Amino acid sequence: MAKTKKLASKANTEAYLRMYSQMVRIRTFEENANQLYLDAKMPGLTHMYSGEEAVAVGICEALRVTDKITSTHRGHGHCVAKGADFKEMFCELLGKEEGYCRGKGGSMHIADQSNGNLGANAIVGGSMGIATGSALRAKMQGSDEVTVCFFGDGATAQGLMYEVMNMAALWKLPVIYACENNGYSEYTPTSEIAAGSIRARAEAFGIEAHQVDGQDVLAVNALTQSLVDRARKGEGPFFIELITYRYQGHHVGDINREYYRSKAEEAEWKANRDPINNFGAWLIEEGVVSEDELAGIVTGIEQEAADAVSYALGASYPDAAEAEMHVYAGTA
Amino acid sequence: MREITISKAINEAMFEEMRRDETVFLMGEDVAEAGHPFKFYDGLVEEFGTTRVIDTPIAEPGYMGIAVGSAMTGMRPVVDLMFGDFLYLVMDQLCNQAAKTHYMSGGKLSVPLVVHTNLGATRRSAAQHSQSLHALVAHIPGLKVALPSSAYETKGLMKTAIRDNNPVVVFHDKMAYQEKAHVPEEEYLLPFGQANVLREGSDVTLIGTSSMVRVCERAADMLAADGISAEVIDPRTIVPLDEETILASVRKTSRAIVVDEGHQSFGVTAEIASRINEKAFYHLDAPVIRLGAMDVPVPFSPVLEDKTVPSSEGVAEKARLICSGKLIHAL
Repeated sequence: MAKTKKLASKANTEAYLRMYSQMVRIRTFEENANQLYLDAKMPGLTHMYSGEEAVAVGICEALRVTDKITSTHRGHGHCVAKGADFKEMFCELLGKEEGYCRGKGGSMHIADQSNGNLGANAIVGGSMGIATGSALRAKMQGSDEVTVCFFGDGATAQGLMYEVMNMAALWKLPVIYACENNGYSEYTPTSEIAAGSIRARAEAFGIEAHQVDGQDVLAVNALTQSLVDRARKGEGPFFIELITYRYQGHHVGDINREYYRSKAEEAEWKANRDPINNFGAWLIEEGVVSEDELAGIVTGIEQEAADAVSYALGASYPDAAEAEMHVYAGTA
Repeated sequence: MREITISKAINEAMFEEMRRDETVFLMGEDVAEAGHPFKFYDGLVEEFGTTRVIDTPIAEPGYMGIAVGSAMTGMRPVVDLMFGDFLYLVMDQLCNQAAKTHYMSGGKLSVPLVVHTNLGATRRSAAQHSQSLHALVAHIPGLKVALPSSAYETKGLMKTAIRDNNPVVVFHDKMAYQEKAHVPEEEYLLPFGQANVLREGSDVTLIGTSSMVRVCERAADMLAADGISAEVIDPRTIVPLDEETILASVRKTSRAIVVDEGHQSFGVTAEIASRINEKAFYHLDAPVIRLGAMDVPVPFSPVLEDKTVPSSEGVAEKARLICSGKLIHAL
């Protein structure tokens, strides 16, 4: 994963700034969500995506709005990167009527089908069949749509993954399995739960597997773009292992975690491998944008988040009668 | 009217729905060229090809998950589970994913999917190929459960299930695939949540599901010889359940026996009996009686296995007892 020196292309300025903004939007969303938890304004708890922004953004930048993703319990990043709106997301986190799921899903089940997000999933590995099924459907319909299945290193221990990768390979489905390897399976180092190589799991089925620095948004994007293009032409499935890091604990309440992860390790990743700082520095160095312009982007996003939080805090809860709504779908 | 088997009724329902709607497809183990070990999918792969009649690896959770994802994005999969016992393998994908997706998404996503499987003992298949697990899925909000009792119900309920916008689990009695019934040539659908009163009576209501409908009918014949008039009701679907037809019957007869092939404890018989007690208590002249399968794993030896499922003789015996007018507390 040696970092190759990249040169900025003027033609890509718009994409660079979009990726930078989206990464900042994810980080800002998470900081606000964490604060809502600390202030006891959010029911339940949530799993922070901070540190892994380049993964979701680099991948989703390569997708069309009609392409599908499935997400995880650590899903806010995927949701934002696929195009979701802050207001509806914060409303969902607070259990409000205007949330993406009318307050019925919460943090671990946000789905935004208008942008192709088939939903976060609170069962680790639980969405792997769904993503593969979405790809089967695309193939049956003769569409060139691609589906990306996000999951963590922890999910590679689930049997479902092997069953669906087998079928995806047999049937040449347009699905990309994106393994966000953040080094920890909940409160346990991945080295203690995963024997052998992560990529070899996919290769055993004849699936082309890649590893990429998940902190480098351009590397993630370039790899994904090439795989998405090939998947559209029927060359899928593919598997990507993205080496990344989660800044916080397994969830917002996982504060004292030195028994499984040192503070020095966390500090090292934050200081030297932060996807936003590193990409921002590169943009300035390449003359794509000035420091002031980047600061302006951040300020604008902080304001957007503050407005969305304040809107969500004031928004209405669903009527209690809605508890019995949506158990069954009616006739179309 | 012509008579066809349950197996043929399944076959016709699949042909008609796959011709009508190209989003309908079938997936499961040995469903294509083999046409399923019970042969009810014969001919489908020849007409619709292997893209719509998909043989899967032996990986029930995997293909159930794939079916859920395809249903969420516009298809109508029929997922074959060769034996109802394999439901345990797919519980996460069926109960955590399919059943909850519509609700968790606030009504934005839906999962129009049919799980096509079976129930029933006495095929000498032992404990892992003989269970009747419909109560297990009936317990989960978001799933619908159909229990067709004859070829007529099979075709009408299968077609309704395929058109439903929710996950539906359809169970056939695996001993009855070759049983024949009158089935119209012309197309028909049977609505969910509408029970069938097979025969009217005035002394006792026999509520039987699936395989137990025939057991109740034979019991009613025996009782008629004793001068006891039994009403026989087939709920056809247990989710949704046609409570009104059952309650109306019990208000008339004042006595009820619920017969189902699932284990007796914590099952369908308990649920229906409880609703009768709650909603028709003052109409009752006797406790509501439940007859389910014995609370044991299904044994292999015929002598043992036959003992575990409700029989017509057993139903008739209970009916005579509660119609006798004697006070009964310890049955």
